[in-house]
Amino acid sequence: MQKALKKFFPVFVLPTLIAFLISFIIPFLMGLYLSFTEFTTVNDAKWVGFGNYIKAFTANQEFVNALWFTVKFTIVSVITVNIFAFFLALTLTCGIKGTNLFRTVFFMPNLIGGIVLGYIWQLIINGILYRWEVTLTFDPKYGFWGLVALMNWQLIGYMMIIYIAGLQSIPEELKEAAKVDGASGSRLLWNVTLPSVMPSVTICFFLTMANGFKLFDQNLALTNGAPSKRTAMLALDIYNTFYGKNDWEGVGQAKAVIFFIIVGFIAFVQLKATRRREVEA
Amino acid sequence: MKKILVILLAVIIVTSLTSCVFVPLDSNQQTLNGSNDSANQPVPSAVSEKAMEIYFLNFKPEIAEVYQRIATDYESETGVKVNVVTAASGTYETTLKSEIAKAEAPTIFQINGPVGYQAWEEYCADISGTKLYEYLSDKSLAVSKGSGVYGIPYVVEGYGIIYNNAILQKYFSLADKAVSISSADEIQSFTDLKAVVEDMTGKKEQLGIEGVFASTSLNQGEQWRWQTHLANLPLYYEFKDNQDFDNTVLAGLDAKEIQFKYGAQFRNIFDLYTNNSSTAKGLLGGKSVNDSMAEFALGKVAMVQNGNWAWSQIASVEGNIVKSEDIRFMPIYTGVVGEETQGLCIGTENYLSINCKVSQEKQNASIAFLEWLFSSEKGKAYVTNDLGFIAPYTTFKENEKPADPLAREVLAWMERDGTVSVPWTFAAFPSEDFKNYFGDVLLEYVQGTKTWDDVAQIVIDSWKSEKGS
Repeated sequence: MQKALKKFFPVFVLPTLIAFLISFIIPFLMGLYLSFTEFTTVNDAKWVGFGNYIKAFTANQEFVNALWFTVKFTIVSVITVNIFAFFLALTLTCGIKGTNLFRTVFFMPNLIGGIVLGYIWQLIINGILYRWEVTLTFDPKYGFWGLVALMNWQLIGYMMIIYIAGLQSIPEELKEAAKVDGASGSRLLWNVTLPSVMPSVTICFFLTMANGFKLFDQNLALTNGAPSKRTAMLALDIYNTFYGKNDWEGVGQAKAVIFFIIVGFIAFVQLKATRRREVEA
Repeated sequence: MKKILVILLAVIIVTSLTSCVFVPLDSNQQTLNGSNDSANQPVPSAVSEKAMEIYFLNFKPEIAEVYQRIATDYESETGVKVNVVTAASGTYETTLKSEIAKAEAPTIFQINGPVGYQAWEEYCADISGTKLYEYLSDKSLAVSKGSGVYGIPYVVEGYGIIYNNAILQKYFSLADKAVSISSADEIQSFTDLKAVVEDMTGKKEQLGIEGVFASTSLNQGEQWRWQTHLANLPLYYEFKDNQDFDNTVLAGLDAKEIQFKYGAQFRNIFDLYTNNSSTAKGLLGGKSVNDSMAEFALGKVAMVQNGNWAWSQIASVEGNIVKSEDIRFMPIYTGVVGEETQGLCIGTENYLSINCKVSQEKQNASIAFLEWLFSSEKGKAYVTNDLGFIAPYTTFKENEKPADPLAREVLAWMERDGTVSVPWTFAAFPSEDFKNYFGDVLLEYVQGTKTWDDVAQIVIDSWKSEKGS
């Protein structure tokens, strides 16, 4: 068996490995290299060392602003999305009538593309703000809460499905035993249900956070950074840096590398932290 | 059974691997053959001509379909395949950046003037020796450096305030109008314009309009009419005051810093636009150029700032009630001393360049295509009738000028005695981001979250920082 594995290793793994190399590893390394250079197109580059990284932070405040905006946005949306999704999942596992219909309806927003969603929400929000004769661009706060609403609307359904799967895998005996021991409803939720769905929580936190950090098309379609780039998130800022200014392509690339490191680090820490709290049911 | 499966998989892998390897091999062979051909035969053979394919990266989405027809015609006439790819509106630089890195790179592309040339310097071939350059009626229009010519304009455009003369006639025939002039031609300064516009706003029910000016579109990506076109005027006057240069674009390119000396005049006209608009100030952030043009076409407003390219847009609005004989141009008056002689803003930001990194053969074929387009009967017919360009070439005769009303107005203004056209000084603006900062702060100014002093400060600061970067 061991021998056969060794023998067939290249047959089964090589195709995927090559695909992974071409579409991921090589572009990634190229991007890393390009972040240290000045270039207009990707095949002629001039080495400039850490210049781009310094420029990213010192030339203007846009990157730092985008970073803070993204952090704030991610914190708020991770909390709201998960709370709403969890309680929706709880409600829809109680066995009320039309559960399947509700699940489908809540899940549907997830199937719509980000750009379309962005424009739809722009219309909705501008339609409401019309009453006061202003638009989304009036204040960065409007854009922020608009994005949060959009994100919630899109992701709650998806997270809800994951929570439902987690909730359904809790053995009935466990809950019954707790009830026999006299546990109240809130106690049951806190000490039995929640620890049992910890794997789902891990996944959902990870997904919402990664999505929040990487949000791009919704941001582009909803506000495109207006007013004055104050609602631009990291991905949008990187995109604008790369294409907005001549000779700033390298800086955009440097920002992208920093972005990767931040997202990778946070995701790693978070994964570790929630993993520890998981319990085997 | 298992063995067969293994063999099958192995075969798949081998074929997929080799097909990867074969592609570059193939193209190598082709170039080898190609060079052999040209070495052995003095005249390019029919074979290599058939294989010839040039690639034109088009900037103007509104006429993409015409280019496809031209390409088909040209191929049937000469056998050279013209591959026309059109970048979506506002994404030309993005598209060019990725396309030009490919093996089959664009052979003809477009730069937006001297600033664009700085970015694409290494890709622009010297085309000073071509017939295309010879055809150019005003050689100073080309983008040149030293003795080399790197970009040739293919269209001249003009912009100003487009007005619906029917509505203005109606206003001038009112008995209780507050001004003494009686036709739009008599508006020759900002003072006149302001008096007329403000009186019209007061009488908008009588005139049946929702506002004098169409929405000042300040949505993201829709701000170019203000941060580029309108901004042209104050900076044109500022650079004109610079005695060291006789060309405002060159003065602008040289300027490390600006004072925004004529900012107050910019504010004059900008405030006039927004105070007498069909749309409340707070809602302008959601308006697009299309919205403004539709308002104009439907007769809801009397004036809109735009250029001659807007004709197709106006004409194609459903329910359009503006007659082509009623549509006129007037210069953008801002209140600068001596502006009575100011004409429309006329220039171009569309320059064709040839990619110097593709083979010589392809470069020649690309030039041949452009020369055909702008000098052959068939090509010229396309340019005048379908593309609607005012082409700045000597090959175009008097009767080959476009027929649309705005283009004719531009030509009339260019030839009018006693007026001086304003060149497109914005070609010297340091970067796209400069314009975006300008547009963003204009939006905030209109919304009331920033003051005019903030606007002026941001314009001055971002010019400086964008020049520095």
